Amino acid sequence: MTADSSNAQHLFDGVPFEPGTSKNDPILVADNVRRAFGGLVAVDVEHLEVQRGAITALIGPNGAGKTTFFNLLTNFDEPDTGSRVFEGNDLSGVSAYKVANLGMVRTFQLTKSLSKMTVIDNMRLGGTGQAGESFFRALFPFMWRRQEAEITERADALLERFKLSHMRDEFAGTLSGGQRKLLEMARALMVKPNMVMLDEPMAGVNPALKQSLLEHVKGLRDEGMTVLFVEHDMDMVQEISDWVVVMAEGRIIAEGPPASIASNQAVVDAYLGSHHDSALDLEAD
Amino acid sequence: MDWGAIVQNSFRGFIGEPFIYFSLAAMGLNMHYGYTGLLNFGQAVFMAAGAYGLSMAVVTLGLNFWWGLLLGIVVFPLLLALIMGIPTLRLRADYLAIVTIAASEMFRIIARSPSLDRWTGSSDGLTAFANTFYDFNPFDKQKRYFFGLFIGNQMWVVLVGWIVLSLVALIVWMTMRSPWGRVLRAIREDEDAARSLGKNAYSFKMQSLMIGGIFGALGGMFRAIGTQSAQPQNFITDVTFFAWVALILGGAAKVGGPIAGAAILYGILNFTDVFLRQLVENDYIPESVMDGTQVGQVRFMLIGLGLILLAVYRPQGIFGTKEEMALDDR
Repeated sequence: MTADSSNAQHLFDGVPFEPGTSKNDPILVADNVRRAFGGLVAVDVEHLEVQRGAITALIGPNGAGKTTFFNLLTNFDEPDTGSRVFEGNDLSGVSAYKVANLGMVRTFQLTKSLSKMTVIDNMRLGGTGQAGESFFRALFPFMWRRQEAEITERADALLERFKLSHMRDEFAGTLSGGQRKLLEMARALMVKPNMVMLDEPMAGVNPALKQSLLEHVKGLRDEGMTVLFVEHDMDMVQEISDWVVVMAEGRIIAEGPPASIASNQAVVDAYLGSHHDSALDLEAD
Repeated sequence: MDWGAIVQNSFRGFIGEPFIYFSLAAMGLNMHYGYTGLLNFGQAVFMAAGAYGLSMAVVTLGLNFWWGLLLGIVVFPLLLALIMGIPTLRLRADYLAIVTIAASEMFRIIARSPSLDRWTGSSDGLTAFANTFYDFNPFDKQKRYFFGLFIGNQMWVVLVGWIVLSLVALIVWMTMRSPWGRVLRAIREDEDAARSLGKNAYSFKMQSLMIGGIFGALGGMFRAIGTQSAQPQNFITDVTFFAWVALILGGAAKVGGPIAGAAILYGILNFTDVFLRQLVENDYIPESVMDGTQVGQVRFMLIGLGLILLAVYRPQGIFGTKEEMALDDR
């Protein structure tokens, strides 16, 4: 934890603001990651390092390949070529569920709350290494009851923190969109991750909940977790990220602290088109 | 009208042999579909695995009855689950549906092929393999038991069936309250979410397929033991769909759902059968509308009508909860 908990800029001391730059203490490193769908190259990233203990935002215009890249980083998709190394573990050929057990948990753009399970069961599910998840041990409750109690206690504490305690025994399907985002984030924490990957955490959240969600994301960093998120909401990017990675057409075109990004010519070109300040010249095409 | 016969027959359907093997099969489907979200449209092949596992062990291979139980309850269904599950469980749910329906038909057609007569008895099937089972029968073969519903041998089959059914229900109830059951339900709701939380969805789906398959095999084995014969035509696709009807009728994802569903299904089938027959015989229904030979078909039409009404007015099944059903629409 830092003295100034509002950001973690100091972690990037001496890191140049350029695409593919190396970080002081990377937790996740991607090299030559390429993914094509037929003839369309969705992602072609030469090199990316994600700084440990910071909040990194992954932004870019529609169709830039952010979500595809995100899926590749979390192993929900296999790249055609390239490697991803998380805390020294090569992720190539590793199943998605094992990545979670290595300490990297993701959420989804379209929230995946498990509707027909209660909120507390959603939370309990996140506990790792549960003895009662073996069929034979499941038949003998004394073998997992104590662990279940511990998990429930931890789950209740998290529900308290995310202000969902009053919904504890309701079906998750009855929660509002914003509450589902909160539940998904709380559930991810049940895994005790080192790194949390959030796919558009602000999508579909009403403005009143936004602020509390932002505080929760900052809270993750303050507890020592690394956060990487994909987002369209520029307010959120400006407000909470320590470092921004900009993608366009499958490549990383810029990196730097949020303040440096808005003025970056490559980023402006990517979002608005490179001819946005010159008169349209139909003859030239 | 012989009301005594009507009541007696309905009651027999409610608790008799078909109730036992269809509720076992439906409990397997409940494990697959109700709790895990797997679409198995070939439960008949698991039932056949139980029946043929026992009968082939005893008749074809000359092993004793106990090896037959092992083969029919454990070896055959587990092999079948592996064969069908390995290629399909990584894919979307519909692929398992296709493979199971194909496998159940393939098994039936292969089993009745004359060239395999030495192994499977082709279309006549295999007989007289459960003598050991009946050696343990404590009931008098000549007497009738349980309000005169069952003769001695039937009573023995039904009694053991009820015990096995209770054990299976207990296993389902216990595992579904455990973390294991929680993972299955999570996979049913969203496989990717379960995976993102570090659960090996593939392995859990395989376990569910195996265990539900074993329940189905138990059902098929009871059918074979009850009649002392295992025949290919006992495992046609209709059998799968009867089990499905029992499950939907009772309510999926409820421990008692498939049991209640099978009881009601066979209660109604037997009731309509005897009732309609009596109506025809006593000329309450004129010959021009329906004769005695059409009763068999008409009762299925009535069941179909009942199912349509159920789907409209109580889609969650008799024991399902409306609240859970409503969450699907959100």
